[in-house]
Amino acid sequence: MIGEPVIKVEGLVTRVGGRVLHDGLDLELRRGEVVGVVGGSGTGKSVLLRTIIGLNRHVGGRIQVLGQDVGKLGDRDLRKLQTRWGVLFQDGALFSAQTVAQNIQVPMREHTDLSPRLMDELAAVKLGMAGLPPDAATKFPSELSGGMRKRAGLARALSLDPEILFLDEPTAGLDPISAAQFDTLVRDLQKSLNLTVFMVTHDIDTLKATTDRIAVLIDKKIRIGTFDTLVHDPHPWIQQYFSGVRGRAARAEA
Amino acid sequence: MAALQDVDRPRTTARLKTERRGNVMTILAAGDWVLGAAEPHDAALRALTFAGVATLEIDGAGLDRLDTTGAWLLMRTRRVAQMAGAKTVWLDVPDAFKPLISTIDQDCNGPPVAHLDDHGLRAFLERLGRGQMHFFGQAVSLLGFLGMVASETVATIFHPRRLRIPALVRQMEEVGLNAMPIVGLLSFLLGIVFAFQGADQLRRFGAEIFTVNLLGISILREIGAIMTAIIVAGRSGSSFTAQIGTMKVNEEIDALYTLGMNPVEVLVLPRMLALIITLPLLTVFANVMGIFGGALMSLFDLGISVPAFLRQLQGAVGTGWTFWVGIIKAPIFAFLIATVGCYEGLQVERNAASVGLLTTRSVVESIFLVIVADAIFSVLFSLLGV
Repeated sequence: MIGEPVIKVEGLVTRVGGRVLHDGLDLELRRGEVVGVVGGSGTGKSVLLRTIIGLNRHVGGRIQVLGQDVGKLGDRDLRKLQTRWGVLFQDGALFSAQTVAQNIQVPMREHTDLSPRLMDELAAVKLGMAGLPPDAATKFPSELSGGMRKRAGLARALSLDPEILFLDEPTAGLDPISAAQFDTLVRDLQKSLNLTVFMVTHDIDTLKATTDRIAVLIDKKIRIGTFDTLVHDPHPWIQQYFSGVRGRAARAEA
Repeated sequence: MAALQDVDRPRTTARLKTERRGNVMTILAAGDWVLGAAEPHDAALRALTFAGVATLEIDGAGLDRLDTTGAWLLMRTRRVAQMAGAKTVWLDVPDAFKPLISTIDQDCNGPPVAHLDDHGLRAFLERLGRGQMHFFGQAVSLLGFLGMVASETVATIFHPRRLRIPALVRQMEEVGLNAMPIVGLLSFLLGIVFAFQGADQLRRFGAEIFTVNLLGISILREIGAIMTAIIVAGRSGSSFTAQIGTMKVNEEIDALYTLGMNPVEVLVLPRMLALIITLPLLTVFANVMGIFGGALMSLFDLGISVPAFLRQLQGAVGTGWTFWVGIIKAPIFAFLIATVGCYEGLQVERNAASVGLLTTRSVVESIFLVIVADAIFSVLFSLLGV
C-alpha cells in the first residue's frame, strides 16, 4: 500500500510576522499513508499545512508535492497542481451563498467539462461518500450542524478525486461521537480511494484511530514516528502530550 | 478526448467495449477509468438498454486505474441493469479497486442532487412574499425596540444616576468631535458649489447679490441639516450597527444580560443621547462652514466683499425662522439614525456575514428615514407658513 513519496519537505524555513516558525524542517509522506501533525499552540501546524498547499510563501528549503516544487511553480502551474489535492478547512469553508450541492460542484464546473446530469449524479455520490443524507444537497451551509458542515467540506474536497487530502483540525468542535464517526469516515475513504492524508489535529483519539505515523512539531522541526514509538520518546513535551493516553490505557488495563 | 480543461494529469484513456451473446451482455472496461478520461463513455453507457438481457457481466480485468467517477459510471450501469431485471456479475476486478466499488455500492444510493428552483415566476413570487413579510416583521419589531428605548429613557429620567456619563462623553467625542473635519470640509465645498451655481444663473439678471440670499436660505434651511445627517448616518449610524453587532456575535450582549445589565441602558442610550446632543451642534458648524465657503466664492467670483456679504446675509436670514427651521430637524434626524443603527446592531445573528449585511442595511435605512422625515418637515413648515 505504501508507495513513492508524494509530499517531500526538505530544510523548510518559514517566517510569519518576523518570527521563525520552522527552521530546517524535513518531512516525507508516501502514497497511501495517513500522517497526523501535532504540536503545541503557536508552533505552526496550520502554517505548515498552508505552506505545503501554497497559501503561505516559505523563506528557505524545498517543498515537493507530487514531484513538483511548490515554491518554484508559477500561479498557473500551482493551480493545476492544486486540483490534485483536496483541502478541508477547519469549519468547512463552504461558500455561504451556495447550496451544498453547488459547493460540491464548484470545482467540477471550474475544471472539468462534465455534463450537468453527470455532475448531479457525481455530487450525489460525493454526498453519499461523505455520509450526508440526499436531502442535504439543497441546504445552505448555515442550515447545517458543525459536523455536517465538515462532511460537506469533505465532499467538496473530494470533488475532483484528489490524490492527497489535507485536513485542518477535522474533529475540532465536534462531539466525541461525531468525531469518532468522522475518523472512521476518513479512514474508510482513505482505503477505498487510496488517498494520502495530511492532517493537523489536537485530538489524540483521532491520531490513534486514523494515522499511520505522527509528526510532532518541536523546536521548529518535525519528529516523526508511529504512535507506539512516540509514546516512548523522552522529549518532555511528547511525554506530557502522550502521558494522558498512557495513563488512560493503564487504567483501562487495570 | 474530453479532457480536463487545465488540469495537468497524465494523458489517459479509458476503453469501453460491449458485447452481447444471447441473453448475456458483457461490458469490458479497460485503461484509466478516472475523471478526465472516463466521462466520454457516459452517454454510451446511458444509452444501453437491457431488454432481454438476463445477465450483465462487468469485466474489469483491463482496468489500470479507477476513481469515483469511473466507478460510478460502472455502478450506475449495473443498477440500471438490475432495475431491468438482469442479474449482474463483476468479473476480474483487481483487488485494489474492490474497496472503492463496495463503498459506492453501499454509501451512494441517493438520487442525483436536486437544485433549488430560484428562477421562474413561482420563485419570484415566493421571494416577493417573503420580502413583504420580512418588511412587516421588521416594522413590528422596530416598534417594539422603540417602546423598549422609551421605557428605558423614562426610567433613566427618574433615576439619572443610571445614565452612564463616561460612555456618553466618549460617544459624543466619537460621533461629534471626530466628525468635525469631514462635516466641515464637505459643507465648505458645498457652499462653494452653491455660490458658484447661484452666481452663474443670477448674473444673467444682474442679480448677483441675491446669490447671498440663495446661499443663506438653502444652507440654513436644508443643506446644512440634511448633509450633516447623511454624513453622520454613514459614519456613526453604521459604526453603531457594527459595534453592537460585533458584540452580539461575540456573545457580549448575552454576557451583559447575565451580569444583570440592560443592553439598551448600557449601549443604546449613551449612543442615542450623544447623537441627539451633537448632531445639532454639528449642523451649526456645517452651516458656518457652508456660508464661509459661499462667502469666499462670492468674494473671488462676484467681488462681493465680506462686509457686504454679511449685510446681505443679515437681511436675508437675520430675522424669522430660517436658522431654526434647520436646527429643529437635527435632533429628530439624530434620533432616527441612532435608533436604526442600534436596532440593526441588535438584529445581528451569530455569524460574521450578518454584521456586514446589517451595517449596509442600517445606512440605507437611516438615510432613507432622514430624507422622508425632511420631506414631512417641509410639508409641516409650509402649512405653518414658516
